[in-house]
Amino acid sequence: MARSWSELLGDAEGPQESADERAGFFGRLRDSLGKSRRALTGELAAATFDPGNAEDWERLEEALIQGDVGVRATAELVRRLEARNELNDLNGALAEEIAEMLGEPATLNLPGTPSVILVVGVNGTGKTTTIGKLAQKLREHGRTVLLGAADTWRAAAEEQLEIWAERAEADFVGAAHGADPAAVAYDSVEAARARGKDVAIVDTAGRLHTQSNLMEELAKVRRVIEGRLEGAPHETLLVVDATTGQNGLQQARLFGETVGVTGVALTKLDGSAKGGIAVAIAYELGLPVKLIGVGEGLDDLRPFDAQDFARALVAG
Amino acid sequence: MFDTLSDKLQHALGDLRGKGRLDDEAISKAMREIRLALLEADVNFQVVKDFVAQVRERATGQDVLKSLTAGQQVVKIVHEELTALMGTGDSRLAFGRPPTVILLAGLQGSGKTTTSAKLALLLRKDGKKPALVAADLQRPAAIDQLEQLGRQIQIPVYRKDTQDPVEVVKYGIQAAQTAGQDVVILDTAGRLHIDEDLMDQLARVRDAAKPTNVLLVLDAMTGQEAVNVAESFFERIAFDGVVLTKLDGDARGGAALSVKAVTGKPIKLVSVGEKLDQLEYFHPDRMASRILGMGDVLTLIEKAEAAVEEDEQALMEARMRAGIFTFDDFLAAQKMLKKMGPLQGVLKMIPGLGNQLKDVDIDERQLARVEAIVLSMTPKERSMPHLIDGSRRKRIAEGSGQTIQDVNKLLSARKQMEKMMKQMGKGKMPTLPGQLTKTGRR
Repeated sequence: MARSWSELLGDAEGPQESADERAGFFGRLRDSLGKSRRALTGELAAATFDPGNAEDWERLEEALIQGDVGVRATAELVRRLEARNELNDLNGALAEEIAEMLGEPATLNLPGTPSVILVVGVNGTGKTTTIGKLAQKLREHGRTVLLGAADTWRAAAEEQLEIWAERAEADFVGAAHGADPAAVAYDSVEAARARGKDVAIVDTAGRLHTQSNLMEELAKVRRVIEGRLEGAPHETLLVVDATTGQNGLQQARLFGETVGVTGVALTKLDGSAKGGIAVAIAYELGLPVKLIGVGEGLDDLRPFDAQDFARALVAG
Repeated sequence: MFDTLSDKLQHALGDLRGKGRLDDEAISKAMREIRLALLEADVNFQVVKDFVAQVRERATGQDVLKSLTAGQQVVKIVHEELTALMGTGDSRLAFGRPPTVILLAGLQGSGKTTTSAKLALLLRKDGKKPALVAADLQRPAAIDQLEQLGRQIQIPVYRKDTQDPVEVVKYGIQAAQTAGQDVVILDTAGRLHIDEDLMDQLARVRDAAKPTNVLLVLDAMTGQEAVNVAESFFERIAFDGVVLTKLDGDARGGAALSVKAVTGKPIKLVSVGEKLDQLEYFHPDRMASRILGMGDVLTLIEKAEAAVEEDEQALMEARMRAGIFTFDDFLAAQKMLKKMGPLQGVLKMIPGLGNQLKDVDIDERQLARVEAIVLSMTPKERSMPHLIDGSRRKRIAEGSGQTIQDVNKLLSARKQMEKMMKQMGKGKMPTLPGQLTKTGRR
């Protein structure tokens, strides 16, 4: 059974998601992860995998590499599988090891009123869209939400977020194009406090982790939020596109160093990309995945479930 | 840890400098490292397999160049093969009877809208009159974004309030043409290559627009999926080339190689920054270095090319030791010096000379004048300087635009130099030849 929003938010109870919806989601993730492509181990013919055959191991390695799991995490997975005494159920064993690598189920840490979520990432990963969907979900689970448009760089980014705010019936704080993003972040936290909102989500401009001046700007946004509200930002989510290759590691590393990322939102999993980079990020940096995006609809943002993800990744 | 492929290869192959051939064992080790490097650069694993096989074939039995280690030799081959693979195909855009229509398509977030504006700006610099058409009706505020970009660079943006992108592009192309624009760039909505409905829609847009160029916009950070994305888009809209975006990051960009390998379509443009003028035409050799993850590769290749000259150098050294220094040797030495950069810096690097040179101002123009004199000599005169008599001196002076005194000075300097070399051959320290300095110390 997939993880529910109530579990992700640490709520004792919340709007019940029907078993259908949740099972439907698992099917959907499987569907999307398996859509129009072979399963990760499809070519491998897991049933006939022979641990004594070097070629079979090589094909397993290739399957993982093809899923963007990366060379080092792949080597580690293979090492762990080799250490097992029996491998009658290769897919099962692989899914177990991947889930293990992905770590314990994560929660969104939203203790205060307001709690602040800072959303960061490189250009085009789907930050604004993810925020829109997250706002909607939080509202469904009884939180009042405010969206702050600290992406003052990309043309029309503010308009895009405002449209999402309307859809999710969230408050909105914006600023003119080119305004200081730290000032917008400050205003957002301030407004959320004044209006007694439960959650303020601050959108930031996409930036490549190699642009040191823009990363410095982001560090300032974080400092200003910290300064305005103790303990904030409570969550700093790095949005990673599932089609991203090994550069995702570098993104997680550098954004982590600059703004202290607390979790990953893995988007665009409805494509045929397997999102194996999340495994590499978890293995090498210990960063948990908290959310996944599996489509364009409002309901297509889901809590991350390592078991499901691993099974879908492996079994297709 | 070894950061670069050349380090890794160096480690794997050891120092086989100038020793015979690349044997099977060395090649197998090298291929393993290359495979890993390419996989870490996100080149598709199947493409890596094929590519490595190709490199292996070429490397097998090759002689290792004298001045290179086996590892460097392999990297040289890999770099050449990569460059060749990515460099084939016409990387220019096609221009037909106006208006030339350029269709941009790709996944969500690959950078189509920004690229559209950048491309418009680039083409205007090339003397075209471009217009933009906002056919992304999917993403909230995408049209606003394009209009704002258009305003920034003063390029007209055409839009139409409808739900059908086919209508928008028909209208946009028509309107742009009427307004006298000769290039029309179509920005389309991002879509997943497995979304049948949206891919159908894109194919219909293509059919209606009849574009001269169809470009796939691809994020340089794309992983193994790049192959599936490219194949699907190619199947539906048969793009002519690729725009690789976000290359200002530190992604190796192996996707570029994958896409070229599976579709045969060249990378045409690369986006190297957020500013609107940061779109450039594609350079395959730079991309090859980047994928290999080695800033040092170019230096290395230069070293390889210099290898032959190292042989020349050895020959010259032998002549010098024997106390022979003709004007031919002078020219050869001059050529080498020039390659090494400013003379002052080069001479300072020679142990023991640095201090002597502290107050000496080297005049490079003086050197050029000397060279002119030597070049005015016949080959025979250069190799046998004792032939140069009075009338020859006059001819050389006139030919080089210098005075006879200048020619005389050079001739005696050569003699001195030769004498010095003989001393050096016998193990004595030389004094500095005056000819190289403005002060003319002898």
